[in-house]
Amino acid sequence: MTGTAAGTDVTVTLRLPPSAAHVRTARLIAAAMARRSGVGEEILDEVRLAVGEACARAVRMQERQGMAAPVTVEFAETGRFRVSVVDGAKTGSGDELTAMANGAGAPAPWADPSGDALGLALLGAVVQDLVVDQEADGGTRVTMSWPLI
Amino acid sequence: MDLTLNSHDQAGHTVLAVSGEVDVYTAPALRDRIADLLDSGQHRLVIDLGGVEFLDSTGLGVLVAGLNRAREVGGSLSLVCPQERVLKLFRITGLDEVFTVYSTVDEALAGSSAG
Repeated sequence: MTGTAAGTDVTVTLRLPPSAAHVRTARLIAAAMARRSGVGEEILDEVRLAVGEACARAVRMQERQGMAAPVTVEFAETGRFRVSVVDGAKTGSGDELTAMANGAGAPAPWADPSGDALGLALLGAVVQDLVVDQEADGGTRVTMSWPLI
Repeated sequence: MDLTLNSHDQAGHTVLAVSGEVDVYTAPALRDRIADLLDSGQHRLVIDLGGVEFLDSTGLGVLVAGLNRAREVGGSLSLVCPQERVLKLFRITGLDEVFTVYSTVDEALAGSSAG
């Protein structure tokens, strides 16, 4: 296996057409991968929700900008079960998105008509270890991880 | 599509039973059904989420939009949610303060009439 820039071993990479119909596919695969990697049963709901939110966000951003390139989902297990969702859409900085996920500046995430704030609020709440980075091409990499039993 | 919507009239309300997965793909169908009910004059809605297996932020957003639309026409929209795993989503987004959430349809019908 080859290491990525983040220094983790990617075991499975999924390339999804940026379509809402495929977000469910990503959720199902994420839950299956998490179970196989040894994530506790009680955490699987969180994995499903978080990966779904990250993929829904990626698909929505790309659809808005008319980008047909696939959204990439990487699964790795190096001590923890790690999932990265990478899109190519141009957005705000990773710091801004991380702050939104942590609830800063958004007293009522549901009041945002785009739905972005609500999705990030859910992500931030169910993932303790959430990192949002900006890719060199302007896209976003959302990385989250969960402990193994 | 893994979402089922069934509505019936009961005690002066329209109960919309939602089951399956409400996500970024299926939520538009729920949004359309709520809009159709409100447009056809059924303004007192009880949305029963008892059969929901998965709900994401898009689904939550559709419910918020439905509540706002119901209020605009002088109606109401309350929720029935017996499942802790779904209730948790309302709590962590602060939406439990926005919606009136009941654990059974009967309670929703009684509570909504009293209000």
